[in-house]
Amino acid sequence: MNRTRRPLIALLAAALVATACGDDDDATPEADGGGTDGATVTLLTHDSFDVSDEVLDAFTEETGITVELLPSGDAGSMLNQAILTKGSPQGDVLFGVDSTFLSRALDEDLFLAYESPALEGVDESLVLDPEHRVTPIDTGDVCLNYDKAGLADAGLEPPEDLADLADPAYDGTLVVENPATSSPGLAYLLATVAEFGEDGWQDHWRALRANDVEVAAGWEEAYYGSFSGAAGSPGDRPIVVSYASSPPAEVIFAEEPLDEAPTGVVEGSCYRQIEFAGILSGTEEEAAAQQLVDFLLSPTFQEDIPLNMFVYPVTDVDLPAEFVEHGAQPEDPYLLDADVVAANRDAWIEEWTEIVLR
Amino acid sequence: MSTAARPRRGRALTGAAFVVPIAFLGVFFAVPVATLIATGLRAGGRWELGTVGEVLTSPSTRSVAWFTLWQAVLSTVATVVAALPAAWLIGRIRFPGRSVFVAALIVPFVLPTVVVGTAFLAVLGPDGPVAAVGSVIGVDVDLRRTATAVVIAHVFFNYAVVARTVGAAWMAVDPSAEAAARTLGADRWTAFRLVTLPQLRPALAGAASIVFLFTFTSFGVVKILGGPRIATIEVEIHRLTTQLLDLRTASVLSLLQLAAVIAALALYRRAGVRRGTARARAGRSVLHRPAGGERWVAASTITSAALLVGVPLATLVWRSVDTAGGPGFGYYRALGSTGRGSALFVPPVEAVRNSLLIGAAAATTALVVGGLAAVGLHRLGGRARGLADSSLMLPLGVSAVTVGFGFLIALDEPPLDLRTSPVLIPAAQAVIAIPFVVRTLLPALDAVPERLREAAAVLGAPPRRVWREVDARLLRRPALGALGFAYAISLGEFGATVFIARADAPTVPVAIFRALSQPGALNVGQAMALSTILLTLTAAVMLLVDRVGDARVGGF
Repeated sequence: MNRTRRPLIALLAAALVATACGDDDDATPEADGGGTDGATVTLLTHDSFDVSDEVLDAFTEETGITVELLPSGDAGSMLNQAILTKGSPQGDVLFGVDSTFLSRALDEDLFLAYESPALEGVDESLVLDPEHRVTPIDTGDVCLNYDKAGLADAGLEPPEDLADLADPAYDGTLVVENPATSSPGLAYLLATVAEFGEDGWQDHWRALRANDVEVAAGWEEAYYGSFSGAAGSPGDRPIVVSYASSPPAEVIFAEEPLDEAPTGVVEGSCYRQIEFAGILSGTEEEAAAQQLVDFLLSPTFQEDIPLNMFVYPVTDVDLPAEFVEHGAQPEDPYLLDADVVAANRDAWIEEWTEIVLR
Repeated sequence: MSTAARPRRGRALTGAAFVVPIAFLGVFFAVPVATLIATGLRAGGRWELGTVGEVLTSPSTRSVAWFTLWQAVLSTVATVVAALPAAWLIGRIRFPGRSVFVAALIVPFVLPTVVVGTAFLAVLGPDGPVAAVGSVIGVDVDLRRTATAVVIAHVFFNYAVVARTVGAAWMAVDPSAEAAARTLGADRWTAFRLVTLPQLRPALAGAASIVFLFTFTSFGVVKILGGPRIATIEVEIHRLTTQLLDLRTASVLSLLQLAAVIAALALYRRAGVRRGTARARAGRSVLHRPAGGERWVAASTITSAALLVGVPLATLVWRSVDTAGGPGFGYYRALGSTGRGSALFVPPVEAVRNSLLIGAAAATTALVVGGLAAVGLHRLGGRARGLADSSLMLPLGVSAVTVGFGFLIALDEPPLDLRTSPVLIPAAQAVIAIPFVVRTLLPALDAVPERLREAAAVLGAPPRRVWREVDARLLRRPALGALGFAYAISLGEFGATVFIARADAPTVPVAIFRALSQPGALNVGQAMALSTILLTLTAAVMLLVDRVGDARVGGF
C-alpha cells in the first residue's frame, strides 16, 4: 500500500510548492503621483494582440513606464467587458476596437480624447473619430482565400470578385463564418452589402445558399475545420473567408521553407477593418497612457505589427519580406461608414440568418 | 444517518465547517453571478421584471430551450445505454489492461472541448472513418454541423461518468443474490432486472443527472460540432453577453437554465438516491475472468469503447506526429524553442509548467474547501443536507461567461479587487472541482462506521484523537483520490480560465487555443502536440487516482 501511495504524496508536495511560489510577480512598482517615470499602464487587448518582448522593453527603457497586457477574449467580448466596467476600468488603454464596433464604443463614452502628435504620419481616411477619442493603429483586410492546389484539382480558376461565387461552377466550394459570432464573418457580410447595395446583397446570399455555402461558427472552425488549403486540415472547401495576411502566415509558419504560399487572396473581395486604441476614461495614469498611444504609432511598434498580429501598420514603415512577396495589399477595399454599420448591423445579421440558415 | 440527537457542540461544529465553503463560493461564484444577473434585469436603473415573461415566451427562446432540452434528454439516454455494458465490465470482469482501460475512459471528460472537438470534427468529416464506413455501404455521410454529431460527441464525453459510477456501484453489489435468483429458476435477464438493477438505481440516477447537467449546459461541443444552425441556452448566453451585450435577455436565459438545472437535481434526489444505506460492499473480490458468452460481451464492449473513445484521441495523437517529412517528433521539439520572443506566445513548455502549478493550487483549494463542505454535509440531516448538497452542484449549471463577466463587476473594489489577481484562476477552477471533491468524500465520510468512533471514545480518546485515529485514517485514500481528480479537472479547464488567464501565464488549454487562432502548419502541429501532452498528463493523473483511491472517485 505504501508503494502506491507515494505518487499522490508527490502531487500533494507539488501543490504545496505551487501555493508557496504562486505570487512571485507582484513586484510591480507603484505609480508616483506626478511624473510618469515608474508608472505602470495596463493595456486591455483582444486575444489576437501580440508584441515582441524587446519592443515593449524599449518603451519601458525610454519612458520608465511598465506595460502590463490584459488579453480579454475576442474584440467583441473585450469591448463589452470595457463597457461593463466603465468608470472602474480594468486597464488604462484599450487596443483593438475595430471599425465595425466603433460606434458602440463611442456611444458609451468609454474614451478620453487625445490627439497624438504621431498621427501626422497616418492617412487621414483612417481617422474615423474627429474628436480623437480613438487613434488608428493598424489595418487588416478580410478577404477570400483560396487553396491553389484544391481549385486546380477541381479544374477551377480562382474567383475574381464576389459576384463570381454565385456562379454554379463554384457550387460547394465556399465556407464563410457566421456574422453573428465572428468578426471576419461580419466583415464579409459587410463587403457584400458594400458591393451589391443595401437592397441587393440578399439576392447574392440566396444564390450562395443555392451554391451550398457552408457556414462555420468562427474563423478557427472555418479555416482549420472546413478549408482545404490550411496545413493538415481535414476540410474539403477550397475557398474561405480569411485575411489578406493568411498566405504570408502559411509561409512563415510552414514546417519546411516554402517558395510559394499554398493559398492565394482574391483581391477584389476585401473588406477593410481598422483597429483603434483609446485611453479608457477612469484611468489614473492619463499622461502615461498618452505616451503609450504615441508609442503604438512609433516606427518601433509599427514595424513589429505584421509578424505578431498579421495585420498592416498605418504608418509608412518597411514590411517583412514574406508580406511583400506573398501578401496582398488590395488597392481599393470595401469599407462602409461606421454609422451606417452601427445603425444596421443587428438587422442585417438577423436578415442574413433568415436567408442563409433558416 | 445518525444526526438526530447531536449535542449542541456538534451543531456548532457543523456550522463552523460551512463557514469557509460558503465564504469561498460566495465570493467566487454566487456574488459575481447574482450581480451580473441583477445588472441585466435592472437595465435603465430599475427592475424590469416584465421583460422576463417577454423573453421567455419569444419564439427564439422557445426554440432554443426546446432544442436544449431534447438533445440533453436524448444524449443522456444514449450515454446510459451505450455505457451500461462498460459499467458491467468494470463492476464484474477481470481482464488484462483493466486499470488503463478504466483510467483512459475518463480522459475525454476532463479534456477541454476545443481540443477534442477539433479531433471529433476530423472523425466525423468527409475524410474521416465514419464517412469511410458510409462509402463502403454506399451512403454519403457527413455528420458535421448536425444534431447527430452533437449527441455522439456527448456520448463520447460523458461515457466515463456512467461507466465508472455505475461500474463502481455494480462492484458493490453482492453477486450471490443474483446467483440465488438464477438457481430458483429466473433467467439471466429477469435475475438482473429484479435483483441487481434496483441496487444500481441510485448510481444510475446519479450518473444520468450529471450527464443531463453537462449536456443541458453544453457549449464547446455544440459550437464546434453543431454549426451555426444549432444553439443551446448556454451558447445563446455566451453570444448575447460577449457579442451583443444584451444582458437583459442573457440574464433571463441564465435564470431559465438555472431553473432547469435545479429541477434536474431535485429529480435526482427524489429518484431515491439514499446514501448511507446498503453499505455492504462486495469490492474487487467479485471480479472474475469472463466465461462462455460473457467473453463475447466483454470483447465487444472493450472494442466499442476503444473505438468510441480511442479513435478521436488517436486522431489527435496522430496529427501531432504527422509532420511534412513523415511521422516524427518535430512539433514536440519545437515546443521548447519557439517562444517567438513575444509577449503572449511564451514557449509552450512554460504553459505546461503554468498548468501544473495552477492545477496544484486549484486542487489543494478544492480539497480544503470541498473537504470542509463534506464534513458539514455529513453532520447535517434531512432536507437541509439534500438542499446544501445540490446547491454545491450549481456552479456546474452556470455559464462560464456569466461567472467571468460577473467577476469583472463584482470583484472590482478593495478589499476584493481581484480582477487581475493571480489567485483568480485557481479559485475559479476550484469552484468547478469542488462538487466532485464533495461527492467523493461525502460517501466515504458516511461510510466510516459510527461504532468505531464510539469504541474509540469509550476507550477514552478525546474527539480530536477519535478524528485522527478513525476518520483521518479511513479518509486518506478518498481524499488523495479527490485531490487527483480535482487536479485533472483543473488541467483541462478552459471555459473559465480563458476569461481570466493572464497574458504572461497561459495554461496549456489557453496556449492550444492561441496556437489554433493563427494559420500555419507549425501552429496546428504544436497545438496537437500540446493536446497530446495534456491528454497524457490527464491519463497519468487518473491512473494514479485509480490506484490510490477507488473507482468511486468523482463518484457522482
